[in-house]
Amino acid sequence: MKENPVEVGPQGMFKKFLRDVGKLHLQCCDACDLFFFPPRVLCPHCGGSEVKWCRVSGDGTVYASTTVRSSGSGEPDHNVAVIELDEGPRIMSTVQGASSADPLIGSRVSADISREGGNFLLVFSKHLI
Amino acid sequence: MTTNLSLLRGSVSICGVGTAGFGVAGDLDSIDLAALAASRAIADSGLKTKDVDGLFTASAYHFMPALSLSEYLGINPRVADGTMIGGSSFVGYILSAMMALATRQCDVALIAYGSNQRSGKRPALTEASPFEAEYRPRNPITPFALAASRHMHEFGTTREQLAAVAVAARRWAALNPDAFQRDPLAISDVLSSKMISDPLSVRDCCLITDGAGALVLKRTDERERSTRNKPVHVLGAGLDLAHRYIAGMTDMTRTGAARSGHRAYEMAGVTAADIDVVELYDAFTISTLMFLEDLGFCKKGEGGPFVAAGHIDPGGLLPVNTNGGGLSCCHPGMYGIFTLIEAVVQLRGQAGARQVDGAELALSHGNGGAFLSQASVVLGTSSTL
Repeated sequence: MKENPVEVGPQGMFKKFLRDVGKLHLQCCDACDLFFFPPRVLCPHCGGSEVKWCRVSGDGTVYASTTVRSSGSGEPDHNVAVIELDEGPRIMSTVQGASSADPLIGSRVSADISREGGNFLLVFSKHLI
Repeated sequence: MTTNLSLLRGSVSICGVGTAGFGVAGDLDSIDLAALAASRAIADSGLKTKDVDGLFTASAYHFMPALSLSEYLGINPRVADGTMIGGSSFVGYILSAMMALATRQCDVALIAYGSNQRSGKRPALTEASPFEAEYRPRNPITPFALAASRHMHEFGTTREQLAAVAVAARRWAALNPDAFQRDPLAISDVLSSKMISDPLSVRDCCLITDGAGALVLKRTDERERSTRNKPVHVLGAGLDLAHRYIAGMTDMTRTGAARSGHRAYEMAGVTAADIDVVELYDAFTISTLMFLEDLGFCKKGEGGPFVAAGHIDPGGLLPVNTNGGGLSCCHPGMYGIFTLIEAVVQLRGQAGARQVDGAELALSHGNGGAFLSQASVVLGTSSTL
Protein backbone atom coordinates (compact mmCIF):
# COMPACT_ATOMS: atom_id res chain seq x y z
CA MET A 1 0.00 0.00 0.00
CA LYS A 2 1.39 3.36 -1.03
CA GLU A 3 1.53 5.88 1.80
CA ASN A 4 2.16 9.61 1.92
CA PRO A 5 5.57 10.54 3.33
CA VAL A 6 5.38 11.66 6.96
CA GLU A 7 6.23 15.34 7.33
CA VAL A 8 7.24 15.28 11.00
CA GLY A 9 7.90 11.98 12.78
CA PRO A 10 7.36 11.29 16.48
CA GLN A 11 10.83 12.51 17.52
CA GLY A 12 10.41 15.72 15.54
CA MET A 13 6.93 16.33 16.94
CA PHE A 14 8.22 16.28 20.51
CA LYS A 15 10.72 19.04 19.71
CA LYS A 16 8.19 20.91 17.57
CA PHE A 17 5.81 21.26 20.53
CA LEU A 18 8.61 22.60 22.72
CA ARG A 19 9.63 25.07 20.01
CA ASP A 20 6.26 26.20 18.59
CA VAL A 21 3.92 25.85 21.58
CA GLY A 22 6.44 26.21 24.38
CA LYS A 23 4.86 23.41 26.43
CA LEU A 24 5.66 19.77 27.14
CA HIS A 25 3.49 17.38 25.15
CA LEU A 26 3.44 13.60 25.45
CA GLN A 27 1.79 10.90 23.39
CA CYS A 28 -1.24 9.14 24.80
CA CYS A 29 -2.83 5.96 23.46
CA ASP A 30 -6.42 6.17 22.23
CA ALA A 31 -7.06 2.53 23.05
CA CYS A 32 -5.65 2.23 26.58
CA ASP A 33 -5.46 5.90 27.63
CA LEU A 34 -1.91 5.52 28.92
CA PHE A 35 0.89 8.02 28.32
CA PHE A 36 4.32 6.97 27.13
CA PHE A 37 7.79 8.31 26.34
CA PRO A 38 10.02 8.36 24.23
CA PRO A 39 7.75 9.19 21.27
CA ARG A 40 6.76 6.28 19.03
CA VAL A 41 4.41 5.32 16.22
CA LEU A 42 2.64 2.84 18.51
CA CYS A 43 1.72 2.38 22.16
CA PRO A 44 4.23 0.24 24.12
CA HIS A 45 1.53 -0.63 26.68
CA CYS A 46 -1.02 -2.22 24.34
CA GLY A 47 0.46 -2.03 20.82
CA GLY A 48 -2.28 0.33 19.66
CA SER A 49 -1.36 2.52 16.72
CA GLU A 50 -3.89 5.31 17.35
CA VAL A 51 -1.78 7.67 19.42
CA LYS A 52 -2.38 11.37 20.01
CA TRP A 53 -0.27 14.22 21.32
CA CYS A 54 -1.55 15.81 24.55
CA ARG A 55 -0.37 18.82 26.46
CA VAL A 56 0.58 17.62 29.95
CA SER A 57 1.01 19.35 33.29
CA GLY A 58 4.81 19.34 33.20
CA ASP A 59 4.75 18.48 36.91
CA GLY A 60 6.70 15.56 38.23
CA THR A 61 8.87 14.08 40.95
CA VAL A 62 12.61 13.47 40.85
CA TYR A 63 13.08 9.68 40.63
CA ALA A 64 16.89 9.51 40.41
CA SER A 65 19.63 12.12 40.29
CA THR A 66 23.37 12.51 39.80
CA THR A 67 25.89 15.32 39.46
CA VAL A 68 28.15 14.79 36.48
CA ARG A 69 31.45 16.24 37.64
CA SER A 70 33.56 18.46 35.47
CA SER A 71 36.10 16.47 33.51
CA GLY A 72 38.57 19.33 33.86
CA SER A 73 37.83 21.13 30.60
CA GLY A 74 36.51 24.14 32.50
CA GLU A 75 32.94 23.02 32.05
CA PRO A 76 31.06 23.21 35.38
CA ASP A 77 29.45 20.22 37.14
CA HIS A 78 25.92 19.59 35.96
CA ASN A 79 22.86 17.71 37.18
CA VAL A 80 21.32 14.80 35.30
CA ALA A 81 18.05 13.48 36.68
CA VAL A 82 15.28 11.09 35.80
CA ILE A 83 11.90 12.74 36.37
CA GLU A 84 8.73 10.75 36.90
CA LEU A 85 6.02 12.86 35.29
CA ASP A 86 2.61 12.97 36.96
CA GLU A 87 1.13 11.38 33.82
CA GLY A 88 3.36 8.32 34.33
CA PRO A 89 6.33 8.30 31.97
CA ARG A 90 9.88 8.88 33.15
CA ILE A 91 12.20 11.17 31.26
CA MET A 92 15.88 12.07 31.52
CA SER A 93 16.44 15.78 32.07
CA THR A 94 18.25 18.19 34.36
CA VAL A 95 17.12 20.05 37.47
CA GLN A 96 18.23 23.64 37.12
CA GLY A 97 20.34 25.13 39.89
CA ALA A 98 20.74 21.79 41.69
CA SER A 99 24.01 21.12 43.50
CA SER A 100 25.50 17.75 44.43
CA ALA A 101 24.69 18.50 48.10
CA ASP A 102 20.92 18.77 47.43
CA PRO A 103 18.89 15.68 48.30
CA LEU A 104 16.82 15.91 45.13
CA ILE A 105 15.09 12.52 44.93
CA GLY A 106 11.41 12.88 45.83
CA SER A 107 11.41 16.64 45.15
CA ARG A 108 8.50 18.05 43.18
CA VAL A 109 9.59 19.72 39.94
CA SER A 110 8.02 21.56 37.00
CA ALA A 111 8.95 21.58 33.34
CA ASP A 112 10.55 24.60 31.78
CA ILE A 113 12.15 25.20 28.39
CA SER A 114 15.72 26.35 28.11
CA ARG A 115 16.44 28.30 24.92
CA GLU A 116 20.19 28.19 24.65
CA GLY A 117 21.77 28.77 21.26
CA GLY A 118 18.51 28.39 19.36
CA ASN A 119 17.89 24.94 20.86
CA PHE A 120 14.72 24.26 22.83
CA LEU A 121 15.62 21.93 25.68
CA LEU A 122 13.20 20.53 28.25
CA VAL A 123 14.53 21.21 31.76
CA PHE A 124 13.00 21.10 35.24
CA SER A 125 12.97 23.42 38.24
CA LYS A 126 12.28 22.57 41.87
CA HIS A 127 8.95 23.80 43.23
CA LEU A 128 9.32 26.67 45.61
CA ILE A 129 7.74 25.70 48.91
CA MET B 1 5.77 -30.89 22.55
CA THR B 2 7.53 -29.69 25.64
CA THR B 3 9.55 -26.50 25.64
CA ASN B 4 11.17 -27.27 28.96
CA LEU B 5 14.86 -26.35 28.70
CA SER B 6 15.59 -28.71 31.59
CA LEU B 7 15.75 -31.42 28.94
CA LEU B 8 19.03 -29.85 27.82
CA ARG B 9 20.49 -29.69 31.35
CA GLY B 10 24.09 -30.89 31.12
CA SER B 11 23.76 -31.73 27.42
CA VAL B 12 26.64 -29.44 26.43
CA SER B 13 30.00 -28.83 28.06
CA ILE B 14 32.67 -26.18 27.95
CA CYS B 15 35.77 -28.09 26.89
CA GLY B 16 38.17 -25.24 26.19
CA VAL B 17 38.88 -21.73 27.44
CA GLY B 18 41.50 -19.17 26.45
CA THR B 19 42.42 -15.55 27.08
CA ALA B 20 44.81 -13.09 25.42
CA GLY B 21 46.16 -9.59 25.80
CA PHE B 22 45.12 -9.09 29.41
CA GLY B 23 45.79 -5.54 30.54
CA VAL B 24 47.78 -3.78 27.85
CA ALA B 25 48.04 -5.55 24.49
CA GLY B 26 50.12 -3.02 22.59
CA ASP B 27 49.56 -2.83 18.85
CA LEU B 28 47.28 -5.85 18.51
CA ASP B 29 43.84 -5.03 17.15
CA SER B 30 40.60 -6.25 18.75
CA ILE B 31 40.23 -8.99 16.18
CA ASP B 32 43.85 -10.13 16.61
CA LEU B 33 43.12 -10.51 20.32
CA ALA B 34 39.84 -12.37 19.75
CA ALA B 35 41.60 -14.76 17.36
CA LEU B 36 44.48 -15.37 19.78
CA ALA B 37 42.07 -16.17 22.62
CA ALA B 38 40.08 -18.39 20.23
CA SER B 39 43.16 -20.34 19.15
CA ARG B 40 44.13 -20.91 22.79
CA ALA B 41 40.61 -22.06 23.71
CA ILE B 42 40.58 -24.43 20.73
CA ALA B 43 44.00 -25.82 21.69
CA ASP B 44 42.78 -26.19 25.28
CA SER B 45 39.84 -28.27 24.02
CA GLY B 46 42.10 -30.61 22.04
CA LEU B 47 40.34 -29.64 18.80
CA LYS B 48 41.51 -27.88 15.63
CA THR B 49 40.34 -24.50 14.33
CA LYS B 50 38.85 -26.21 11.25
CA ASP B 51 36.59 -28.23 13.59
CA VAL B 52 34.72 -25.06 14.57
CA ASP B 53 31.39 -24.93 12.75
CA GLY B 54 29.45 -22.62 15.06
CA LEU B 55 30.62 -19.08 15.82
CA PHE B 56 29.21 -16.74 18.46
CA THR B 57 30.76 -13.29 18.73
CA ALA B 58 30.02 -9.60 19.20
CA SER B 59 32.19 -6.51 19.10
CA ALA B 60 32.03 -2.78 19.74
CA TYR B 61 34.23 -2.15 16.69
CA HIS B 62 33.11 -4.59 14.00
CA PHE B 63 29.81 -4.10 12.21
CA MET B 64 29.62 -7.77 11.17
CA PRO B 65 31.78 -9.44 13.81
CA ALA B 66 30.89 -13.06 13.02
CA LEU B 67 31.97 -12.53 9.42
CA SER B 68 35.13 -10.65 10.38
CA LEU B 69 36.21 -13.36 12.80
CA SER B 70 35.27 -16.34 10.64
CA GLU B 71 37.27 -14.90 7.74
CA TYR B 72 40.19 -14.18 10.07
CA LEU B 73 40.17 -17.73 11.45
CA GLY B 74 39.69 -19.27 8.01
CA ILE B 75 36.51 -21.11 8.90
CA ASN B 76 33.06 -21.40 7.29
CA PRO B 77 30.58 -21.74 10.16
CA ARG B 78 27.16 -23.21 9.40
CA VAL B 79 25.60 -21.47 12.38
CA ALA B 80 26.43 -18.06 13.84
CA ASP B 81 25.07 -15.66 16.43
CA GLY B 82 26.25 -12.06 16.51
CA THR B 83 23.38 -10.74 18.60
CA MET B 84 24.58 -7.54 20.24
CA ILE B 85 22.95 -6.96 23.62
CA GLY B 86 26.05 -5.49 25.26
CA GLY B 87 28.39 -7.22 27.66
CA SER B 88 25.86 -9.95 28.46
CA SER B 89 25.98 -11.15 24.84
CA PHE B 90 28.66 -13.76 25.53
CA VAL B 91 26.88 -15.32 28.50
CA GLY B 92 23.73 -15.21 26.37
CA TYR B 93 25.52 -17.12 23.59
CA ILE B 94 25.67 -20.13 25.94
CA LEU B 95 21.91 -20.38 25.44
CA SER B 96 22.08 -20.10 21.64
CA ALA B 97 25.17 -22.34 21.39
CA MET B 98 23.48 -24.95 23.57
CA MET B 99 20.40 -24.97 21.35
CA ALA B 100 22.53 -25.09 18.17
CA LEU B 101 24.57 -28.01 19.52
CA ALA B 102 21.52 -29.86 20.84
CA THR B 103 19.77 -29.63 17.47
CA ARG B 104 23.01 -30.57 15.65
CA GLN B 105 23.17 -27.29 13.75
CA CYS B 106 26.83 -27.41 14.74
CA ASP B 107 29.24 -29.80 16.43
CA VAL B 108 31.82 -27.38 17.83
CA ALA B 109 30.72 -23.97 19.08
CA LEU B 110 33.21 -21.16 19.59
CA ILE B 111 32.33 -18.10 21.67
CA ALA B 112 34.96 -15.36 21.31
CA TYR B 113 35.53 -11.73 22.15
CA GLY B 114 38.45 -9.34 22.02
CA SER B 115 39.01 -5.63 22.53
CA ASN B 116 41.95 -3.24 22.52
CA GLN B 117 39.86 -0.56 24.21
CA ARG B 118 42.76 0.67 26.35
CA SER B 119 45.43 0.81 23.65
CA GLY B 120 43.27 1.50 20.60
CA LYS B 121 41.09 4.31 21.99
CA ARG B 122 38.65 3.85 19.11
CA PRO B 123 35.08 5.02 19.59
CA ALA B 124 32.61 2.16 20.05
CA LEU B 125 29.82 1.55 17.54
CA THR B 126 26.88 2.84 19.55
CA GLU B 127 24.16 5.45 19.32
CA ALA B 128 23.15 7.89 22.05
CA SER B 129 19.47 8.38 22.78
CA PRO B 130 18.26 11.55 21.04
CA PHE B 131 16.26 12.22 24.22
CA GLU B 132 19.22 11.86 26.58
CA ALA B 133 22.33 13.10 24.76
CA GLU B 134 21.52 16.79 25.23
CA TYR B 135 21.69 16.40 29.02
CA ARG B 136 25.30 15.25 28.68
CA PRO B 137 25.23 12.10 30.79
CA ARG B 138 28.73 10.68 31.14
CA ASN B 139 28.10 7.27 29.65
CA PRO B 140 28.24 4.58 30.80
CA ILE B 141 28.81 5.88 34.34
CA THR B 142 25.86 8.27 34.71
CA PRO B 143 23.10 5.66 34.17
CA PHE B 144 24.63 3.44 36.87
CA ALA B 145 25.01 6.49 39.13
CA LEU B 146 21.30 7.20 38.68
CA ALA B 147 20.46 3.62 39.70
CA ALA B 148 22.81 3.91 42.68
CA SER B 149 21.13 7.17 43.74
CA ARG B 150 17.76 5.43 43.71
CA HIS B 151 19.09 2.40 45.63
CA MET B 152 20.50 4.73 48.29
CA HIS B 153 17.21 6.60 48.48
CA GLU B 154 15.03 3.50 48.81
CA PHE B 155 17.22 1.30 51.00
CA GLY B 156 19.67 3.61 52.76
CA THR B 157 22.62 2.10 50.90
CA THR B 158 25.81 4.09 51.60
CA ARG B 159 28.95 4.99 49.66
CA GLU B 160 30.93 2.96 52.23
CA GLN B 161 28.88 -0.13 51.35
CA LEU B 162 29.47 0.42 47.63
CA ALA B 163 33.18 0.86 48.38
CA ALA B 164 33.20 -2.55 50.12
CA VAL B 165 32.50 -4.12 46.70
CA ALA B 166 35.59 -2.48 45.19
CA VAL B 167 37.71 -3.49 48.17
CA ALA B 168 36.55 -7.14 48.00
CA ALA B 169 37.32 -7.25 44.27
CA ARG B 170 40.82 -5.90 44.94
CA ARG B 171 41.44 -8.48 47.67
CA TRP B 172 40.56 -11.25 45.19
CA ALA B 173 42.72 -9.61 42.51
CA ALA B 174 45.67 -9.68 44.92
CA LEU B 175 45.41 -13.51 44.70
CA ASN B 176 45.34 -13.48 40.88
CA PRO B 177 48.69 -12.92 39.15
CA ASP B 178 46.86 -12.05 35.89
CA ALA B 179 44.81 -9.23 37.44
CA PHE B 180 45.54 -5.70 36.19
CA GLN B 181 45.17 -3.87 39.54
CA ARG B 182 46.53 -5.70 42.58
CA ASP B 183 47.68 -2.89 44.90
CA PRO B 184 45.95 -2.75 48.28
CA LEU B 185 42.75 -0.68 48.27
CA ALA B 186 40.96 0.59 51.39
CA ILE B 187 37.40 1.87 51.83
CA SER B 188 38.86 5.32 52.47
CA ASP B 189 40.77 5.18 49.15
CA VAL B 190 37.50 4.58 47.29
CA LEU B 191 35.69 7.34 49.18
CA SER B 192 38.45 9.90 48.57
CA SER B 193 39.02 9.07 44.90
CA LYS B 194 37.83 11.48 42.22
CA MET B 195 34.05 11.72 41.96
CA ILE B 196 32.83 11.09 38.39
CA SER B 197 29.04 11.01 38.60
CA ASP B 198 27.66 11.04 42.15
CA PRO B 199 27.67 8.72 44.04
CA LEU B 200 30.21 6.85 41.86
CA SER B 201 33.87 7.75 42.14
CA VAL B 202 36.61 6.51 39.86
CA ARG B 203 37.22 3.53 42.19
CA ASP B 204 33.55 2.55 41.92
CA CYS B 205 34.13 2.13 38.18
CA CYS B 206 35.59 -0.79 36.27
CA LEU B 207 39.03 -0.73 34.69
CA ILE B 208 39.67 0.16 31.07
CA THR B 209 41.96 -2.55 29.72
CA ASP B 210 42.64 -4.58 26.60
CA GLY B 211 41.86 -8.26 26.60
CA ALA B 212 40.17 -11.20 24.95
CA GLY B 213 38.47 -14.42 25.95
CA ALA B 214 37.08 -17.49 24.21
CA LEU B 215 35.26 -20.71 25.00
CA VAL B 216 34.70 -23.94 23.07
CA LEU B 217 31.58 -26.03 23.63
CA LYS B 218 30.61 -29.52 22.51
CA ARG B 219 27.83 -31.96 23.24
CA THR B 220 28.73 -33.62 26.53
CA ASP B 221 28.60 -37.15 25.12
CA GLU B 222 31.05 -36.25 22.32
CA ARG B 223 33.67 -34.49 24.35
CA GLU B 224 37.19 -34.93 23.00
CA ARG B 225 39.35 -37.37 24.89
CA SER B 226 42.48 -35.53 23.81
CA THR B 227 42.08 -32.99 26.61
CA ARG B 228 42.81 -33.74 30.22
CA ASN B 229 40.68 -30.83 31.41
CA LYS B 230 37.77 -31.66 33.63
CA PRO B 231 34.57 -30.99 31.67
CA VAL B 232 32.38 -28.13 32.83
CA HIS B 233 28.72 -28.72 32.08
CA VAL B 234 26.07 -26.16 31.20
CA LEU B 235 23.27 -26.89 33.66
CA GLY B 236 21.12 -23.82 33.17
CA ALA B 237 20.91 -20.68 31.07
CA GLY B 238 18.54 -17.71 31.05
CA LEU B 239 18.29 -14.38 29.26
CA ASP B 240 16.33 -11.19 29.82
CA LEU B 241 16.06 -8.02 27.72
CA ALA B 242 14.61 -5.06 29.58
CA HIS B 243 15.12 -1.59 28.06
CA ARG B 244 17.53 0.36 25.82
CA TYR B 245 18.17 3.54 27.83
CA ILE B 246 18.22 3.98 31.59
CA ALA B 247 15.08 6.18 31.82
CA GLY B 248 13.16 3.19 30.43
CA MET B 249 14.11 0.96 33.39
CA THR B 250 10.84 0.08 35.10
CA ASP B 251 12.31 0.00 38.62
CA MET B 252 15.84 1.35 38.84
CA THR B 253 16.62 -0.80 41.88
CA ARG B 254 15.59 -4.11 40.29
CA THR B 255 17.31 -5.58 37.24
CA GLY B 256 16.28 -8.30 34.81
CA ALA B 257 18.82 -10.53 36.58
CA ALA B 258 15.93 -11.67 38.78
CA ARG B 259 14.31 -13.10 35.63
CA SER B 260 17.41 -14.39 33.82
CA GLY B 261 18.65 -15.91 37.08
CA HIS B 262 15.31 -17.59 37.77
CA ARG B 263 15.31 -19.09 34.27
CA ALA B 264 18.85 -20.42 34.69
CA TYR B 265 18.21 -21.82 38.18
CA GLU B 266 14.96 -23.43 37.03
CA MET B 267 16.63 -25.18 34.10
CA ALA B 268 19.48 -26.33 36.36
CA GLY B 269 17.16 -27.38 39.19
CA VAL B 270 19.16 -25.41 41.75
CA THR B 271 18.74 -22.31 43.89
CA ALA B 272 21.11 -19.50 44.85
CA ALA B 273 21.83 -21.35 48.11
CA ASP B 274 23.39 -24.23 46.14
CA ILE B 275 25.94 -22.07 44.28
CA ASP B 276 29.58 -22.38 45.42
CA VAL B 277 31.15 -19.56 43.42
CA VAL B 278 29.62 -16.48 41.78
CA GLU B 279 31.07 -14.55 38.84
CA LEU B 280 29.12 -11.32 38.17
CA TYR B 281 29.60 -8.56 35.64
CA ASP B 282 30.75 -5.74 37.94
CA ALA B 283 31.01 -2.72 35.65
CA PHE B 284 30.40 -0.60 38.75
CA THR B 285 30.18 -1.31 42.47
CA ILE B 286 26.40 -0.84 42.37
CA SER B 287 26.21 -3.66 39.77
CA THR B 288 27.57 -6.31 42.14
CA LEU B 289 25.32 -5.12 44.92
CA MET B 290 22.13 -5.20 42.85
CA PHE B 291 22.96 -8.52 41.16
CA LEU B 292 23.58 -10.19 44.54
CA GLU B 293 20.06 -9.11 45.50
CA ASP B 294 18.38 -9.93 42.19
CA LEU B 295 20.09 -13.34 41.87
CA GLY B 296 18.88 -14.34 45.33
CA PHE B 297 22.06 -14.21 47.42
CA CYS B 298 20.50 -11.67 49.78
CA LYS B 299 17.15 -9.89 50.05
CA LYS B 300 16.31 -6.82 47.97
CA GLY B 301 17.74 -3.77 49.69
CA GLU B 302 20.15 -5.78 51.85
CA GLY B 303 23.03 -5.86 49.37
CA GLY B 304 24.78 -2.98 51.17
CA PRO B 305 24.96 -4.60 54.62
CA PHE B 306 25.75 -7.97 52.94
CA VAL B 307 28.89 -6.73 51.22
CA ALA B 308 29.92 -4.46 54.11
CA ALA B 309 29.94 -7.55 56.39
CA GLY B 310 32.77 -8.98 54.26
CA HIS B 311 30.67 -11.84 52.88
CA ILE B 312 32.12 -11.49 49.35
CA ASP B 313 35.75 -11.05 50.43
CA PRO B 314 38.24 -13.93 50.10
CA GLY B 315 37.38 -16.24 53.00
CA GLY B 316 33.85 -14.82 53.24
CA LEU B 317 30.54 -16.71 53.04
CA LEU B 318 30.15 -16.30 49.29
CA PRO B 319 33.11 -16.19 46.88
CA VAL B 320 32.22 -13.47 44.33
CA ASN B 321 34.37 -12.34 41.37
CA THR B 322 37.28 -14.49 42.39
CA ASN B 323 39.54 -13.17 39.58
CA GLY B 324 39.11 -9.56 40.78
CA GLY B 325 36.25 -8.84 38.37
CA GLY B 326 35.90 -5.93 36.01
CA LEU B 327 36.81 -3.65 38.91
CA SER B 328 40.31 -5.06 39.42
CA CYS B 329 41.11 -7.93 36.99
CA CYS B 330 40.28 -6.69 33.49
CA HIS B 331 37.57 -4.84 31.61
CA PRO B 332 38.14 -4.67 27.88
CA GLY B 333 34.95 -2.87 26.84
CA MET B 334 32.69 -5.80 27.61
CA TYR B 335 33.52 -8.12 30.50
CA GLY B 336 30.79 -10.78 30.28
CA ILE B 337 32.86 -13.60 28.75
CA PHE B 338 35.33 -13.44 31.64
CA THR B 339 32.61 -14.40 34.13
CA LEU B 340 32.31 -17.70 32.22
CA ILE B 341 36.06 -18.23 31.93
CA GLU B 342 36.70 -17.65 35.64
CA ALA B 343 33.81 -19.96 36.53
CA VAL B 344 35.36 -22.69 34.35
CA VAL B 345 38.81 -22.15 35.89
CA GLN B 346 37.27 -22.47 39.37
CA LEU B 347 35.26 -25.61 38.53
CA ARG B 348 38.35 -27.23 37.00
CA GLY B 349 40.26 -26.48 40.19
CA GLN B 350 42.90 -24.46 38.29
CA ALA B 351 42.55 -21.13 40.13
CA GLY B 352 45.73 -21.34 42.22
CA ALA B 353 45.82 -19.08 45.29
CA ARG B 354 42.27 -17.93 44.66
CA GLN B 355 40.80 -21.44 44.25
CA VAL B 356 37.51 -21.93 46.06
CA ASP B 357 37.71 -25.30 47.81
CA GLY B 358 35.15 -27.81 46.67
CA ALA B 359 33.67 -25.59 43.95
CA GLU B 360 31.10 -27.77 42.13
CA LEU B 361 28.42 -25.27 41.08
CA ALA B 362 29.13 -21.82 39.67
CA LEU B 363 26.93 -18.97 38.53
CA SER B 364 28.12 -16.76 35.69
CA HIS B 365 26.16 -13.57 35.18
CA GLY B 366 26.53 -11.08 32.34
CA ASN B 367 25.10 -7.57 32.15
CA GLY B 368 24.58 -5.48 29.05
CA GLY B 369 24.84 -1.67 29.14
CA ALA B 370 22.95 0.22 31.81
CA PHE B 371 21.15 -2.87 33.20
CA LEU B 372 19.65 -3.26 29.70
CA SER B 373 20.08 -7.00 29.26
CA GLN B 374 20.96 -9.83 31.61
CA ALA B 375 22.21 -13.35 31.00
CA SER B 376 22.75 -16.01 33.66
CA VAL B 377 24.38 -19.42 33.34
CA VAL B 378 24.71 -22.19 35.91
CA LEU B 379 27.80 -24.36 35.35
CA GLY B 380 28.73 -27.54 37.18
CA THR B 381 31.34 -30.26 37.47
CA SER B 382 30.56 -33.86 36.48
CA SER B 383 29.38 -34.59 40.04
CA THR B 384 26.45 -32.19 39.48
CA LEU B 385 25.06 -33.98 36.39
